[in-house]
Amino acid sequence: MNTSENLTNIVESILFGAGRPMRLSEIRSLLGTQNIDAELPKIKIAINALEERYLSSALEIKEVASGFRLQIKNEYGDYLYPLWNDNSNRLSKALMETVSIIAYKQPVTRGDIEDVRGVSVSSQMIRSLLDREWIKTAGYRDAPGRPALYETTKIFLNDLNLKTLNDLPPLPESLPVEDALDHLEAG
Amino acid sequence: MKAQAQLEFPLFKGEAMTQLPEDLFIPPEALEIYLEDFSGPMDVLLYLIQKKDIDILDLDLSEITGQYIQYIDLMDALKIELAADYLVMAATLTQIKSRMLIPQSEEEEEEQDPRSELIRRLQEYQRFKSASESISNLPRVDRDFFIASAALPTFREQSPKIEISASELAEIFQEASTRPKFSAHHEIRFEELSTQDRIALILSILSRQNVIQFFQTYQKQEGNQGVVVSLLASLDLAKDGHVELIQNEDSNQLYIKSTNRGFH
Repeated sequence: MNTSENLTNIVESILFGAGRPMRLSEIRSLLGTQNIDAELPKIKIAINALEERYLSSALEIKEVASGFRLQIKNEYGDYLYPLWNDNSNRLSKALMETVSIIAYKQPVTRGDIEDVRGVSVSSQMIRSLLDREWIKTAGYRDAPGRPALYETTKIFLNDLNLKTLNDLPPLPESLPVEDALDHLEAG
Repeated sequence: MKAQAQLEFPLFKGEAMTQLPEDLFIPPEALEIYLEDFSGPMDVLLYLIQKKDIDILDLDLSEITGQYIQYIDLMDALKIELAADYLVMAATLTQIKSRMLIPQSEEEEEEQDPRSELIRRLQEYQRFKSASESISNLPRVDRDFFIASAALPTFREQSPKIEISASELAEIFQEASTRPKFSAHHEIRFEELSTQDRIALILSILSRQNVIQFFQTYQKQEGNQGVVVSLLASLDLAKDGHVELIQNEDSNQLYIKSTNRGFH
């Protein structure tokens, strides 16, 4: 086995064993523990080789916010879904609206979210997003009561297969009031 | 799959409601279903506008307010904080209508149309609602795609949350710091009166006298302990057949009689 093929297999085993996104630098330091000194571009080449190897398989390598991750291609998800039968991913519309407002307007306070949604945002909802590690507290606004400011995390992006916030679907533009009504009626 | 697919229309008695009844913005039986399908009053209002059931420029507020009040009645005790939000919306709509009905002076006409603030807010809400629907449709881990992993599962430690106040903590510390007293040294003292000695004493009296009275076997100053030790000694001797214990029916006096099967 030549050395580059060897490195590809090592990187494959690291990604498979990690089960989470790995940065090139993390892979490099793991290689370092076995006295393998690999430059970052070499590791990237190994990842590209894996991508090619997986083309005709059920696996793929996806680059998300926290690095490179080995995952099962979307089209095979249907076969796995009944296996886990996990309903914890059924998220309410209210929860998705809340995390979306945080994602596009961050950092925001609970009050900011309530202004947009026209409904009070419960502590449980914030708690549930914090527990999921989709949002985190990013300081406090210098206003009466010093409300907590929330922002989305890398885990939020990872879980949606995204690399950066720019990969989120674009937020529809804000129209002048005169045009807005027609738009509202159009839905 | 696609468990999060957005419902286009709320379900009512198992069927998609594509049209709202003309006389009702929200049929009462469907209110609870609406509660689950809509994320709040803005969402309901948007839905009604899109269904063209209300013309926001010419709001029939008596009806929509009636709807909201009914809604609130039904939610009543169940979700009071949610009812409050709907109440605010009903109040906002009523306020807009009332301001439109009052003849305005020229000065006031320059004020912003009260409806535009509502439209602005609705539009703002709609932007995020639409974006959140797009985000909901993005592939999501453990729903649409799965991680290929040979990692060891992480077991979350189920340590119970400890909630304790400072004063409780102080109290517990106090209690714990006095606890050593419970395990203080305890000196075991030998019996002052031994049953074995008492047996010897009774036998020595019986060697001189065949029958003795029970009270002769102990002394007053020995107290209860003396009586108990004498009784134990007597029973012990009786068990082994060295003495007989005799009590006359008409007296409560106990006699100890030697069987002359002494140790000697």
